[in-house]
Amino acid sequence: MAGSQWELPPELCCRPMAFVALTGLDVVYNAVHRAIWDAFCANRRADRVPISFKVLPGDHEYPKCRTKRTSYEWYIPKGILKTGWMNKHLNLVPALVVLFYELDWDDPQWKEKQSECATKVEIVRTSLQGRNTKVAVVLIQKKTPLPPGEDLVASERASALCSACDLSGKSLFVLPHTDHLVGYIIRLENAFYEHAQTYYYTEIRRVKSHKEFLNKTTHQLLFVRHQFKIAFFSELKQDTQNALKYYRTAYSLVHELRAHETNMLEIKTLAGFINYKICRLCFQHNTPLDAIAQFRKHIDFCKKKIGSAELAFEHSAWMSKQFQSFGELFDEAIKLGLTAIQTQNPGFYYQQAAYYCQDRKQMAQQLCQAEGSYPSPDPLDTQGGGLDFYGQRPWRQGHQSIDPPDAEKEKTGILALHIKERDVPHSELIIALLSNAVAQFKKYKCPRMKSHLMVQMGEEYYHAKDYTKALKLLDYVMCDYRTERWWGLLTAILTTALRCAYLMASVKDYIIYCMELLGRASTLKEEQKSRIEKNLFKVLMNEVPESEPECDPSSVSAARSLWTDRMALAGSNEMTIEVQDYIPFIQCKGKFQSPSFHVDQPIQLQVFLRVDCPHPVSFHKLAVSLSNQEYNQWCVVESPGQESMTLLPGKTKCYNFSFVAKTEDVGKKIEMTGIEAMLGSESGRCVFLSWRGAGGDAASAHEALQASRSSRRWGRCLEARQEPDWDSLTLQHSTMIISRVPKISVQLSHQPPALTNEMYRIDLTVQSQEEAVAKDVRLTVGLKPGQDANLGQTTHVTFDGSKVCDEGAPALLPDVPLGDLEPGETFTKCVYVKCVSTGPRVFLVHVAYSIDTTVEGHQIVCKCHKDETVTIETVVPFEVSVKFVSTKFEPLDQVAVDIPFLLMTDILSSSPWPLLLTSSSLELLTVTSNTPQPQSQLEEVVLQTGECASECFCLRCPQQTSSSNTVATGQYLISWRRKSSSSDSPLIQTTVTLPHIILEPVPLYIYAELPSFGRVRESLPVRYHIENRTTLVQEVEMAVEPSDAFMFSGLKQVRLRILPGTEQQMLYNYYPLMAGYQTLPQLNICLPRCPTSTTPALQRFLPQRIFVKPQGRQPDDASIAAA
Amino acid sequence: MAVCIAVIAKENYPLYIRSVPTQNELKFHYTVHTSLDVVEEKISAVGKSLGDQRELYLGLLYPTEDYKVYGYVTNSKVKFVIVVDSSNTSLRDNEIRSMFRKLHNSFTDVMCNPFHNPGDPIQSKAFNGIVSGMMVQTG
Repeated sequence: MAGSQWELPPELCCRPMAFVALTGLDVVYNAVHRAIWDAFCANRRADRVPISFKVLPGDHEYPKCRTKRTSYEWYIPKGILKTGWMNKHLNLVPALVVLFYELDWDDPQWKEKQSECATKVEIVRTSLQGRNTKVAVVLIQKKTPLPPGEDLVASERASALCSACDLSGKSLFVLPHTDHLVGYIIRLENAFYEHAQTYYYTEIRRVKSHKEFLNKTTHQLLFVRHQFKIAFFSELKQDTQNALKYYRTAYSLVHELRAHETNMLEIKTLAGFINYKICRLCFQHNTPLDAIAQFRKHIDFCKKKIGSAELAFEHSAWMSKQFQSFGELFDEAIKLGLTAIQTQNPGFYYQQAAYYCQDRKQMAQQLCQAEGSYPSPDPLDTQGGGLDFYGQRPWRQGHQSIDPPDAEKEKTGILALHIKERDVPHSELIIALLSNAVAQFKKYKCPRMKSHLMVQMGEEYYHAKDYTKALKLLDYVMCDYRTERWWGLLTAILTTALRCAYLMASVKDYIIYCMELLGRASTLKEEQKSRIEKNLFKVLMNEVPESEPECDPSSVSAARSLWTDRMALAGSNEMTIEVQDYIPFIQCKGKFQSPSFHVDQPIQLQVFLRVDCPHPVSFHKLAVSLSNQEYNQWCVVESPGQESMTLLPGKTKCYNFSFVAKTEDVGKKIEMTGIEAMLGSESGRCVFLSWRGAGGDAASAHEALQASRSSRRWGRCLEARQEPDWDSLTLQHSTMIISRVPKISVQLSHQPPALTNEMYRIDLTVQSQEEAVAKDVRLTVGLKPGQDANLGQTTHVTFDGSKVCDEGAPALLPDVPLGDLEPGETFTKCVYVKCVSTGPRVFLVHVAYSIDTTVEGHQIVCKCHKDETVTIETVVPFEVSVKFVSTKFEPLDQVAVDIPFLLMTDILSSSPWPLLLTSSSLELLTVTSNTPQPQSQLEEVVLQTGECASECFCLRCPQQTSSSNTVATGQYLISWRRKSSSSDSPLIQTTVTLPHIILEPVPLYIYAELPSFGRVRESLPVRYHIENRTTLVQEVEMAVEPSDAFMFSGLKQVRLRILPGTEQQMLYNYYPLMAGYQTLPQLNICLPRCPTSTTPALQRFLPQRIFVKPQGRQPDDASIAAA
Repeated sequence: MAVCIAVIAKENYPLYIRSVPTQNELKFHYTVHTSLDVVEEKISAVGKSLGDQRELYLGLLYPTEDYKVYGYVTNSKVKFVIVVDSSNTSLRDNEIRSMFRKLHNSFTDVMCNPFHNPGDPIQSKAFNGIVSGMMVQTG
């Protein structure tokens, strides 16, 4: 195959390794030998020395060594490098030949075996006549050898064997065939490696020694050859640093060669080889930048060295190969751990290789047009089955002069090359290179580069007439260019794609590409668009379209027949094309007139269409599909051939649809799910262009954004009202159906705030303003759901205002049927709300009804509702404070047992509305009333805001049996209502729990019985009652202290005994001397048995003062009475 | 002198692109488009390290066999790309920089035009004139 002519020879691309031949091993029949061989060659890991082993028979003929030249004086080289040379030193001429021989030191037939071994060594030596190849002998022994020096027989026989075989001691090895075979083998091969190194070193010396014989005029080629050889031997010696040095010298020498047309190919071939080696070694030495620099230099050197103009394609092929192999080297280095970057990765080299390959193809197309049969005899045939030197012409091998020796031969040779080149599958090569590049660019984050290369691959497939693959690739990348809005590039790709589709007669693809090429994103000229549009119409009419320009004429005729077949095919003349993701020539935008419609309004929907192609387009059907398919029937226009269905280029056409929503859809969303326009006709071909949602395409979002930014739109709107600006048309793809607006009024009248626990009255007035009967009116009233959960428990709603509702009443009364409401009719209802806790509450009044209406002739039943909410604050109506005081109105901390005291209550109104207190009462627990319970002192008292009502009760706490000294008192009940509420409204009972009292036992109780006032110089009798409250007899000492204000008679000081539970009375006659409030004479009482109850403790029971009236005039009773 | 000058919007679509008429226009479109890979990469790399202190000039984006592509990004992420013939070795980095600066100034003038809608293709005659001055003059 001609393509392989440019491939680099494998011996160049491999890593050179020292070649060691193993002889005397029978790997087929001898298991021991087989094991030895396997240990040498199987599983060679990287840490083993680089040697390539080969098993050869003992009598193998090695390549003959030519007689050494003693002088180069008359020698004229025929070429730079022989084709066989590298292979010879890699695989044919060993650095070392190892002879394996089975012989134990104590072998009984030692003598015979020794001489046999010597013979075998001799045979090998003869075969290697003239070479510096070393020979070594390995004795395979069954016994484990003793440590060196201990086996005297062994050392003696070893030296004997060495002399018999003419070997140095270093070349004789023993391989005991025991368990540690691999270990021995590794030691052996290390020794072999050293021998090989020495061999290659001498070879380098030998080649170097030629240099002094050379002269610069005739032996230029030899300079290159020798440097190359030295470098190659250095590589074999694993001395890569020196190898690189020599290759570099060789490279510069190549370019010093006299180049002319006849040897250009040879020079370039060798330059390519050496460059390859240099780059390879640079990558190996981890100096990629050196490799890249060398490669650049190489390319710059060779770019212009085209050579024979008639064979210019060869230069491109060679260039392509240079880039390709560098790319491969680069790639390989990356696999071994090198990191590449976005702007320097193997992809660029593959890409460039592909470009040169394209050049090659073009040149081949230009140059290889010569008709004519392949010349005979074949000028490319070489008798030897190959070239002697790399890069030479088969018909003039070894020829080194400037002019070709035989012009005729030259001609036939070139012709043969042309004919061969014609058969090269260039496109395949290009595609392979491009796809390599694509893989690289993908790796190095170059999506656009990747797309570009894929376009080129697609184009190459197009040239190779593989249209399916071409379309697949082009289709794939088209979308990238579309989203990036590179219209010029998109158009170019589409044009190629259209050609492919035409040549394949793929109707659907053809239509799609036509549509996009006619669209606004296409940068084609008007006349081209016009041509495409005509073709599109032809396809719609089921006719064969005109061929695309620039198509291969032979393909066109094939395509034409394909089209004819396609058209003749019955059926399948309907197709749907999803155009949303393209930029088709028909643009479509759909919108609902409003984002929401009331159910009693017709829903209005507009579809705008516009074409961008040069000629008018008529379509036959336009249909909108909606999320509820029942409405679809209202959104279709179908009137073929009419004026309204023809779209003029650049003019926007609007189609209006309207329909009535179903009442079930209230609260739902209606969405446009798709718009479909039908092109063509049933008689020809129907193409349904389908847009998802409300239309728009791949470019419209950006256009809408630009339009919204534009400063021009204001002006534009003014100048052309009838034609809306296309770009600023926005899509409205869904609308909400909402319920009909209710025509009733709901009014609430009430007197806020609500008072805790009262039955708060809200008057509800519902008035119908409908023109028809509002049927099935339902009322929902109560606490608006969704508030604090506690509110639900502390709020009760009822319609029954006659009594206070209990805990069971709900917080919300749902769906209370109210019957029908005639037009204009008013309906009132009272709702009572009882709020147990204070704070704000939101109440909801929801009136729902249904009504019959007519929308565009449709009778529909609409459900309407009206909501009214009100926030009501709840406050406490009054505050009750309670205090205990003694009968002397002194505040009490403790209450003495069985001694009367007073309970005072204060009711402070905090209600903004006047309160009517109807009654109050005490519900006593342990204490008893000291007085018969009279009528409540608060009856029918009206309290205004901030006013206070007080009550007073005289109570007594009897002796307690329990030891606890705090006792519950009871409850205070107040019945009340708002003053403004009607008299039949229920009374609210508020209960106040009275505080506990602390009891205090008293051993002695004393109280005084005296008139309410005295008069100067009139007797004032005072009787003291002293009661013994203990179970003991009490001894009491009493004394009355003298007072300035009084004279008195009675026992001034007395000591007496009082029996348990009895009382003693003491009578004194006081005689007041002064008028006014006078302190009574102090009564000192002392209880010797009970020292705690002393005078101050008992004093509190006694009155301290008395009012003394002045002495009146005796006869004037009336004046006294008045005073 | 340049063989192709392009202005690319923030969203990477072309606002203006002009090449030497004698050569394959499409090829330049592709060259400019593919160079955006490198521009994007450079912008994102800069964004990570330094905040605002950004050099607008991005330098040589990538060399091809035939052309050198230079890039420049304004603060609003509008990209300028200049393609120069590889054989034109006389052009130094400084000159490329000054070309970009001139281009940027002219672009700013275009943006200042109240009748220009940012994001629309540039159709300014003045801008066109500046670009023409920087392009290779071909007969």
